[in-house]
Amino acid sequence: MGDKRKMFIYGGIIGLIGAILLKFGNPGNMGICVACFYRDIAGALGLHRAEIVQYIRPEIIGFIFGAFLISVVKGDFKSRGGSSPLIRFFLGFFLVIGALVFLGCPLRLILRLGNGDLNAITGLLGYLVGIFIGVQFLKKGYTLGRSTDQPKISGYVMPIVAVALLLLLIAKPEFIFFSAEGPGSMRAPILLSLVLGMIVGIVLQKSRICTAGAFRDVILIKDYHFFWGILGILVVNFIANIILNFDAFKLGFEGQPVAHADHLWNIIGMVLTGICSVLLGGCPVRQTILASEGDADAGITVLGITVGAAFAHNFGLASSPKGVTNNGKIAVIIGIIVVLIIAYSVVKEANKARNQKKESVKNA
Amino acid sequence: MPKTVDARGRSCPEPVIMTKDAIESNPNEPIRVLVDAHVAVENITRFATGKGYKVNVEEKGEEYTLNIRK
Repeated sequence: MGDKRKMFIYGGIIGLIGAILLKFGNPGNMGICVACFYRDIAGALGLHRAEIVQYIRPEIIGFIFGAFLISVVKGDFKSRGGSSPLIRFFLGFFLVIGALVFLGCPLRLILRLGNGDLNAITGLLGYLVGIFIGVQFLKKGYTLGRSTDQPKISGYVMPIVAVALLLLLIAKPEFIFFSAEGPGSMRAPILLSLVLGMIVGIVLQKSRICTAGAFRDVILIKDYHFFWGILGILVVNFIANIILNFDAFKLGFEGQPVAHADHLWNIIGMVLTGICSVLLGGCPVRQTILASEGDADAGITVLGITVGAAFAHNFGLASSPKGVTNNGKIAVIIGIIVVLIIAYSVVKEANKARNQKKESVKNA
Repeated sequence: MPKTVDARGRSCPEPVIMTKDAIESNPNEPIRVLVDAHVAVENITRFATGKGYKVNVEEKGEEYTLNIRK
């Protein structure tokens, strides 16, 4: 089977699952949303108290289980880490703030588009601009440094966290918060979410599809390999929505579920998410998969995303269907400045080191 | 001894960029790339074969050596 077709099918499975989860009760155009789901988990754990977005999303647990199991089977599992963890934490932190101003991670962006939400086009425009900016730093030698082998137990942390979350989801002790109304109360059945989440985890681990990597590779090395995966998500999601969710399908900008039509901030929010995704080497869902196969740096990124999501609701940064908040606008601008400073400093230092190496070779 | 690019421990897409830089600076010389993740092997192989190079992969434990030549 051709490479492109394989990627398209892998992506198609994700798009199909997105439509099924929507059909069975997940919030509007939110069959899968990695940023929103970590936000819901942060809320369920009481890290923020926005009552309408609190739930331990079984899909995330499924992503982790699926990616962990397949990576062990395939031999991809490897405990590694130590590549600028604190920088990664804050890149994850700001990534999710941008995403929650837009209202969705890049994967939900594609699913929103697949159900007719045209605000996803402005969001995508911003995401592409962000990726383009990130690529300029990559071309100039941006690197977060090497990771090294870590103690084996480090690699098992994420799967263990997933088990703990699953237990909390099932037992639901009183210190865990589940929304009674709003998006957090809209859920596909637990078992279905868990199993489909696992399939998503397996497919994404095998295919290595990444929404940021797809566009980055097109810009950087003119490689369309992963782009076919993204196309698969979009096309199959669109078709599946027409069949499964015809009543929910609506083409346009206004009145879309869990979305707003503030074009400027949809763009700027996703610019921030795009830059962070490239600087991290992958979008939120890819970070989740990597974290599940033993990558502690991706694990730290996931923690940054979760904490960032909690802050986004504690400080009133996240948008709502009513629109973008002033705090959200300020946070996005601060985020863009911070991540650009990080990227610039890293590039400057990397080039200095490279020039010194050249000098010493010349002098030798 | 071919020029060696050590991309071990580098996160995506750095191994590909390092390979690209090495190929572009000496298009006709063979190069050797060291990586320690299978995803990097896949990405570099796809990139180099796409550019018309031959790639041979040696696996040693958790590390891989890619020999790339015209």
